[in-house]
Amino acid sequence: MPEWMVILLLIVAKLGLIFMVLLTLAAYLVLAERKILGRIQLRPGPNRVGPFGLMQPLADVIKLLTKEDFIPTQADKWLFLLAPGLAAVTALLTFAVVPFGPPITLFGHEVPLVVCDLNIGVLFFLGLSSLAVYGMTLGGWASNSKYSLLGAIRGLSQLISYELSMGLALVPVVMLARSFSLTDIVMAQADVPFALVNPLAFLIFLISAVAESKRIPFDLPEAENELVGGFHTEYSGMRFGLFFVGEYINLIILGSMLTVFFLGGWMGPFLPGVVWFSIKVLFVCFFFIWVRGTLPRLRYDQLMHFGWKILLPLSLLNVILTGAFLLWRQG
Amino acid sequence: MSIWRDIKGTIEPFWITLRNMFRPVVTVEYPEVRTELAPRYRGRLILTRDPDGQERCVACYLCSAACPVDCISMQATEAEDGRRYAAWFRINFSRCIFCGLCTEACPTMAIQVTGFFEMANRNPLETVWEKEELLVDHCGQEPDYNFYHHAGIGVAAARGENPGEDKPVDVKDLMP
Ligand code: SF4
Ligand code: SF4
Repeated sequence: MPEWMVILLLIVAKLGLIFMVLLTLAAYLVLAERKILGRIQLRPGPNRVGPFGLMQPLADVIKLLTKEDFIPTQADKWLFLLAPGLAAVTALLTFAVVPFGPPITLFGHEVPLVVCDLNIGVLFFLGLSSLAVYGMTLGGWASNSKYSLLGAIRGLSQLISYELSMGLALVPVVMLARSFSLTDIVMAQADVPFALVNPLAFLIFLISAVAESKRIPFDLPEAENELVGGFHTEYSGMRFGLFFVGEYINLIILGSMLTVFFLGGWMGPFLPGVVWFSIKVLFVCFFFIWVRGTLPRLRYDQLMHFGWKILLPLSLLNVILTGAFLLWRQG
Repeated sequence: MSIWRDIKGTIEPFWITLRNMFRPVVTVEYPEVRTELAPRYRGRLILTRDPDGQERCVACYLCSAACPVDCISMQATEAEDGRRYAAWFRINFSRCIFCGLCTEACPTMAIQVTGFFEMANRNPLETVWEKEELLVDHCGQEPDYNFYHHAGIGVAAARGENPGEDKPVDVKDLMP
């Protein structure tokens, strides 16, 4: 086999594997979320389909696929059809830069366990996470319904309020690692994860990540008891399913990002890198579900207030402090 | 300080929910596990018979008048011996709210509640029960009561024939 074909095959295999694992994980995350929320409320959660309800995601997919795909008459048809795909694709694309293990050697080739080690991975992630809001906003706009529109507007303004502090929380990480590449950032955490080096940035990023995932306590774009379903009110069947899956893929992505930026990525004793990475990501996902089971939804103005008046100054301060600290250590 | 209160109020719920995750589940898994119903549980309605095996219902319409959702309907008719009964008697269980007011209104203890509640049906017409399905051949929760032993004198038993009842007095005897 020629050299380039081996490389190509390895890349395709890697892509397929990541795709499958990501989608399956997202499906089972839904189940895990329902189970954990159930346990928090002293009920067992779904347990009828298969042993312990393990086939529930499959049943859900069949249900969503066989449901009517409804398009409101007044909707902007093409945008309406496109938006859910946009939401899911942007979520999937982000995973391209996530390094989930140390490079391994296969067939005499060094295979980095990342789809594409961009040297501007951090910017790629930030850019895509801002793009992700397009799926939601366009979906809400195209539905031509007041609830959807309100949800979309809320989503946009929420994005503006937390994305800034999210980016600023990453600046210290970049300063500490001296690189925009996610692989280098993980390498820089070989001794101590950045969560311990810079807990303030970790906290700010964590809060912004919960806001980015559009989940309780920052689920204002959906807010089912105010806006029916928010931006996806008018969606049904698999289009709704795409939004839904996109949300959970997003959850995994944010978990991976938290892991890469602050929890030391695949670094850890004894176990192989991929295992450590999965454990950390799943723990972050569990934490997100735990947050959802615990906190109430913030009011709209409270979120703005919190984003602009607390998170933003704090993250700016943190950038200055980290810079000063680095200078002091050098000089 | 209020900020400490806020921080505490944010952290504390996490501990509570974490603790809840390890508590036993309180759900009763219904088809497999059934709870003990209360002795006076108000489930499906039945039409009972008196101890002599006769239909108790006298088609007086009191139950249908008492019913808050108007789900009982019937047609009264009379037997040869003057005893009234319902020609047909119908309860629409898809409207019934199982309040039990009909059983309280019934003077003959004919209509009674039972502990049976599994009446779900895909066809709404099949939740309408006719007299044949409602009528049972026992006395329900009132094994001794027989309306005609206390009232309806002269219909089922001749005057003065009921247990504990005196023969009618000829009033003309009492004249001075
Ligand atoms: S239980 Fe209540 S609702 Fe049902 S038939 Fe009797 S009076 Fe009507
Ligand atoms: S069930 Fe009772 S209340 Fe209803 S018509 Fe018959 S005797 Fe009257």
